[in-house]
Amino acid sequence: MRKWMVIAAPYVWLLLFFLIPFFIVFKISLSESEISIPPYTPVFSLSEGWESISTKLGQLDFEKYAFIFSDELYTSSYWSSLKIAAVATFLTLLIAYPLAYGMARAPKEWQPTLMMFVILPFWTSFLIRVYAWIGILKNEGLLNAFLLHIGAISEPLQIMNTTTAVYIGIVYSYLPFMVLPLYASLEKIDGRLLEAAEDLGSPPWKAFWQVTFPLSIPGIVAGCFLVFIPATGEFVIPDLLGGSETLMIGKTLWSEFFNNRDWPVASAVAVLLLLVLIVPIVAFQWAQQRAREAGR
Amino acid sequence: MNTRFTWFNVTAIVLGFAFLYIPILILVIYSFNESKLVTVWGGFSTKWYAGLLENEQLMDAAWITLQVAFISATIATVLGTMAALVLVRMGRFPGRTLFSGMIFAPLVMPEVITGLSLLLLFVAINFDRGFWTIVLAHATFTMCFAAVVVQARLTDFDSRVEEAAMDLGASPVGTFFQVTLPIIAPSVISAWLLAFTLSLDDLVIASFTTGPSATTLPMKIYSQVRLGVTPEINAISTIMIAFVTVGVLIASYMTKLQSSRMERDRRAADAAAN
Repeated sequence: MRKWMVIAAPYVWLLLFFLIPFFIVFKISLSESEISIPPYTPVFSLSEGWESISTKLGQLDFEKYAFIFSDELYTSSYWSSLKIAAVATFLTLLIAYPLAYGMARAPKEWQPTLMMFVILPFWTSFLIRVYAWIGILKNEGLLNAFLLHIGAISEPLQIMNTTTAVYIGIVYSYLPFMVLPLYASLEKIDGRLLEAAEDLGSPPWKAFWQVTFPLSIPGIVAGCFLVFIPATGEFVIPDLLGGSETLMIGKTLWSEFFNNRDWPVASAVAVLLLLVLIVPIVAFQWAQQRAREAGR
Repeated sequence: MNTRFTWFNVTAIVLGFAFLYIPILILVIYSFNESKLVTVWGGFSTKWYAGLLENEQLMDAAWITLQVAFISATIATVLGTMAALVLVRMGRFPGRTLFSGMIFAPLVMPEVITGLSLLLLFVAINFDRGFWTIVLAHATFTMCFAAVVVQARLTDFDSRVEEAAMDLGASPVGTFFQVTLPIIAPSVISAWLLAFTLSLDDLVIASFTTGPSATTLPMKIYSQVRLGVTPEINAISTIMIAFVTVGVLIASYMTKLQSSRMERDRRAADAAAN
């Protein structure tokens, strides 16, 4: 009996505040935009009885979706979000791998401290960490001041408000999410495997590609999901660092909602974003599940 | 793995940490800048900190943010610990796949989707938006992080200790509070701290779910950041960074203390058994 109560409390909470809201988003994406509060016409309400619901079900239309597909702003937002997230995930992996590798190879007594220093920035505010880059990257910022000072450039580089700034922001903000799973899988590798490879005459780089790298693939997969999925829907980074030049779907959804106050279109944008991300999300869960079962 | 410092490892670690910490360090240094310009160092000054204390709107927002974080982290820790118990200890039950899906999906769900969907829920059920809607929203997304933290500890814990307590006549509830909870306590504390800081940091979900009555600190900072870099934002950021850093250092010290005490107890038990 008590067992069911322990299950029910978090279960009901998540159903109510996580799952059901998605259905409401879907419902509102099918309703009409209107200038009122809240700014949409309800598609149906239970107070009108079942008869009216069934007549209205017949009238449901996917007009907002047709609108999104016909407008280039939205389709190119989806594409450029996916592209930016994919490139940024790859760059994060390139920077995180040597760091995680170095940590896993550091003396054992150092490792908890190194771990803590990777996690610490993750605990400090996301917004503040993105803000920190504005002062560095802008035209009269520190990076340009430094490069001008040493004479590497004669004109300030335009980095702020470009896609490059968004890449830097994503790599910087999501680096801990990539380092931690990589470190976890690298740290578990049995050193005797590498010794065996060495004894059998394998040069270190070959041992790395044939032993270490394949064994770290679960960490790479988990890290890439943890970066790619949230980065696709990222709002703060493209908004603050990307300027008007960078299109990303999270930003489009935000302005649809807060500036245009078009809730049905914002909902339809969210539904489509979720559909785009459902494959990586399910794959991520499947990988997590497998890792958990393998850990037993 | 053979562990030692080689030149490659040291370079990788130093460069990685430089990338992670230099921007934060610059931000902190320029919060003490006398000049209002970001690139010009005008001498050491704490005037921006003094200015913060007089900014009543900012102080109000900070107070609301702390209250939201405290309440939502507490709810999230209780629910997250229950969810972790369900995932690790309850075995199979109908709807388990959906349950674990609902725990892991919010970890990667883009914030704009979570925020929008919760807002539409609150509108649909006519719930007055403001302080409590942010609390509910934050409790929901942070409980999943709390569940993952506690679950990691529960997985590598010897469940025979619990079985022994129950064989000796303890009730399941008694076993949980007298055996399980003391053992997983460090992870429960870190789950609470994680939920607290995630709530403290959140801009997107709070912006969607709040009403006109409640403005949180990140919302306030965001609206000022859009206008440009000012030493005042650097100062408030530095305070938040210091706050979190001290918290994390205390938490990791406590975990270390706890694990060394457990190690000592285990050795004593082994010695007694021999």
